[in-house]
Amino acid sequence: MAEPGNQAFPTALRFRDDPAADEPAVSLDAFLVQEEADSVRIEAGEDVTVLFPHLDRVRLIEVDFPRFRDGRGFSTARMLREAGYAGELKATGDVLVDLIFFMRRCGFDSFAPDRPLDSADAEAALSRWDHVYQPAADGRMPIWKLRHG
Amino acid sequence: MYKYDQYDQAMVDTRVEEFRDQVRRRLSGKLDDDQFKPLRLKNGLYLQLHAYMLRVAIPYGTLDSRQMRALAEIARRYDRGYGHFTTRQNIQYNWIKLAEAPDILADLAKVEMHAIQTSGESIRNISSDQYAGAAADELIDPRPWCEMLRQMTNFMPEFSYLPRKFKIAVIASAEDRAALRWHDFALRIVEDAAGEIGFEVYAGGGMGRTPFIAYKIREFLPTSQIFSYLQAVLRVWNRHARRDNIHKQRMKILVHDLGQEEFTRQVEAEFAHFLSLAEDFPQAEYDRVAGYFAPPPFEQRLSDQLDLSDPAFAAWAKQQVIAHQAPGYAIANVSLKPIGGIPGDISADQMDIMADLAKRYSFDELRATHAQNLVLPHVRKADLYAVWQALTAAGLADANLDLVSDIIACPGLDYCSLANARSIPVAQKIAERFADPARQADVGELKIKISGCINACGHHHAGNIGILGVDRKGSESYQLLLGGSGDEDTTQAKIAGPGFDEAGIVDAVERAVEHYRTVRDPGERFIDTYRRVGMDGFKEAVYG
Repeated sequence: MAEPGNQAFPTALRFRDDPAADEPAVSLDAFLVQEEADSVRIEAGEDVTVLFPHLDRVRLIEVDFPRFRDGRGFSTARMLREAGYAGELKATGDVLVDLIFFMRRCGFDSFAPDRPLDSADAEAALSRWDHVYQPAADGRMPIWKLRHG
Repeated sequence: MYKYDQYDQAMVDTRVEEFRDQVRRRLSGKLDDDQFKPLRLKNGLYLQLHAYMLRVAIPYGTLDSRQMRALAEIARRYDRGYGHFTTRQNIQYNWIKLAEAPDILADLAKVEMHAIQTSGESIRNISSDQYAGAAADELIDPRPWCEMLRQMTNFMPEFSYLPRKFKIAVIASAEDRAALRWHDFALRIVEDAAGEIGFEVYAGGGMGRTPFIAYKIREFLPTSQIFSYLQAVLRVWNRHARRDNIHKQRMKILVHDLGQEEFTRQVEAEFAHFLSLAEDFPQAEYDRVAGYFAPPPFEQRLSDQLDLSDPAFAAWAKQQVIAHQAPGYAIANVSLKPIGGIPGDISADQMDIMADLAKRYSFDELRATHAQNLVLPHVRKADLYAVWQALTAAGLADANLDLVSDIIACPGLDYCSLANARSIPVAQKIAERFADPARQADVGELKIKISGCINACGHHHAGNIGILGVDRKGSESYQLLLGGSGDEDTTQAKIAGPGFDEAGIVDAVERAVEHYRTVRDPGERFIDTYRRVGMDGFKEAVYG
């Protein structure tokens, strides 16, 4: 299970061992002109591919979910992982406990929900599925691979 | 038929426990109604006018006797003794209690069934040709690919909070019995010049308030690349669809806003990326799944003769029986459209009888059709008479396949909270008007489809005659549409003119049919006559 996370977010979940970035994340537009910035925030609907040429200077990417039903952030996260980004990928906003399993699979490794998650429910959600049908960004082996080695 | 292995079983069992936990959290107040709604929808639970409705997936319309018996038992134990087959080969129960829903899902899981992603903004149950594996005209059995797609699309992490629902169909015949181009994404299995099997790909179809017929976006996709290709389509849509207006979020809107060429270009770019990840399902997995769909052990050297000396049987066989790919066998269609009945409804006892007949006469297989009927796919011709006798005794022997009384209708305002008007009574009254079998036979093939609101669950856009119920200043009104088709020559029906009340729409349908009878060429179907002579004459006949 996750470390308790940083104190600013008593209910945040973080699945990384490295120290958290200490600068606040700036907007995508600001990041592209601020060469010293290392943390960036992506709003739903923003084109994450413009960040791809700059990934080597990024330590933290926050992806916002304005409403839990808005699933664009899932694609944003997985595209970042497919582009080779290995830094912290944090889901923020309307992050509900029933989303976090899919978010982990898409490459998110930290969560800062607007409303705190129940830690027992979060643990249950993340440990519930022994198997998965598809490969994604978390390296889990899909069922077809278990079947055929 | 496909059989779950330990992994498939674990997936549905886990899903049941997950949903049980979600219901518990809803009932304890941890989840509010807004948060719970998409979770229950992804498990098939709608809130209707009187109760919850549960939609159970029948993957690609195929089920066996054990599953049909389980559906009957659910109807008895948790509903009012009947079920309702839908326009996407699923079954719905209309009188479900939320607290019992997890138990129903657990009962389904015991017979390798589920309600996963049958509602909500999800990738829905895959639909297919109801004659798959039996049809004389198919290239290969499309169901292994349907099952592969079921596994590819259940619980996709990136695509579980899509802009809207997403419907997939797969067929393998030139004749389209699955309304292919009315789907968001559709595959027709084809063979290229070198004899390689692949998919012809369509995208951007859909009914609803903004109907579109899907474009062909690829002539030939190697089957081994389908997972990459499907993800490319879904990613383009998930990233670029509107999110500000639920009525503009279906993929058809994006496809038609971007245009066929630009949408295809974006998909191909994303497709190249996914191919580079090398995550497609391997041939060995297809071979494993296809093994379950090997043809049943058909008897050899059976006679193709059929004794038609009983005229009632002959009439049924003429209308309901279709050519099979194996000599001596036939496909038997079973009507769920008795005159005056509710289209698609079936009692628990009738379900048990269908299970018995499948077990005894059809290699333990049944099919549900998008036209809300059932099929016994592999019946020895020599057994057809016995099957017909059993169907007759069960009230299931109507001989009206594709005739004027074989009407598709949504549940309408009798059940559905979205509806503006009732569909079922209109279907019943039209069927009663044309009840005379001789009259039906004379009219010939005529597909009437009725929706109780613009969401078009009753497929009115694809009706040779379509009927759309609307709310007009507080009372129910019905628009008449003509010329639609869900077949391989897909067309969208056009509104004929001003609407009618309930009695008026039945008269209007009759006037349209009589006009057809007047102007048709010998042997010409209603849809062909309409296409030949156009709307004007029909309009004149209907509105005078």
